[in-house]
Amino acid sequence: MLAKIHITLKKDVLDPQGKVIANSLSDLGFDGIQSVRQGKYIEIILNGDDKNAATTKLNQMCEKLLANLVIEDYSVEID
Amino acid sequence: MKSHVIVFPGSNCDRDVAVAIERISGSAPEMIWHKNTSIAESDLIVVPGGFSYGDYLRCGAIASTSPIINEVVKKAKAGVPVIGICNGFQILIETSLLDGALIRNNSLSFICKDIYIKPENTSSIFTKNNVVAKMPIAHNEGNYFATSDTIKKINDNDQVAFRYCDANGLINEGSNPNGSIDNIAGILNDNKNVLGLMPHPERAVELGLGSDDGKYIFEGVLK
Repeated sequence: MLAKIHITLKKDVLDPQGKVIANSLSDLGFDGIQSVRQGKYIEIILNGDDKNAATTKLNQMCEKLLANLVIEDYSVEID
Repeated sequence: MKSHVIVFPGSNCDRDVAVAIERISGSAPEMIWHKNTSIAESDLIVVPGGFSYGDYLRCGAIASTSPIINEVVKKAKAGVPVIGICNGFQILIETSLLDGALIRNNSLSFICKDIYIKPENTSSIFTKNNVVAKMPIAHNEGNYFATSDTIKKINDNDQVAFRYCDANGLINEGSNPNGSIDNIAGILNDNKNVLGLMPHPERAVELGLGSDDGKYIFEGVLK
């Protein structure tokens, strides 16, 4: 199974990198950008085919290591 | 005086800390490799700066899962003084011994320069000298962030150890190098025996290197 994990900064955490990306895109002539937020994408390949058990385990991985819940949110998706 | 310095792959201020401790206390600390699982009786444990594990995932995140960390947390909870400096502060935050988070500097630049810090109160052994101190910072992720609830809690509970200030001790936006909320440069745990700070006191222990004000942070523990 392929797990796709997205980690993003919480809404109330300033994202200076996102701001710089937004400015650069505007400089390149892309108009209409309201804001940019950037984050991390992690792929984990798991053995077995029990999606429920895998989701539980992946949530634990995010809470224990992959995300810092003070500043980040995460989402888990299994293919 | 028995002190211990934890060494991770990528630590690069461990030797500076050892030199500072020996200069101030007269006895050299024991260096503890992160694969160890125990620390002998200690009067001070220092988690030094550097780039543990190459800052992979998040600064300090991987080091916070090292074998020695359980022992550091256990000792900290038993009241042993612990100082985390720069990457060491990031590691202590990742272990949840200290509140909040350290995010990218608001300038997006690595900042390496001398700054001034002012103790917020004298409630801890690290801040009891209560003097404005000059020492360097050298970091990319030193922008202290916490939710408004946490900021209120650490303010109300005297857990802010140091704030960035100017040479006269004035705390203002101009003296905030990295965007930290309320100029926070260092914080304490509930019991005030664990200190995390971004500035490097160990790099300011002899006048020939620009300042010896770093001694004020170590002296309360080492003397």
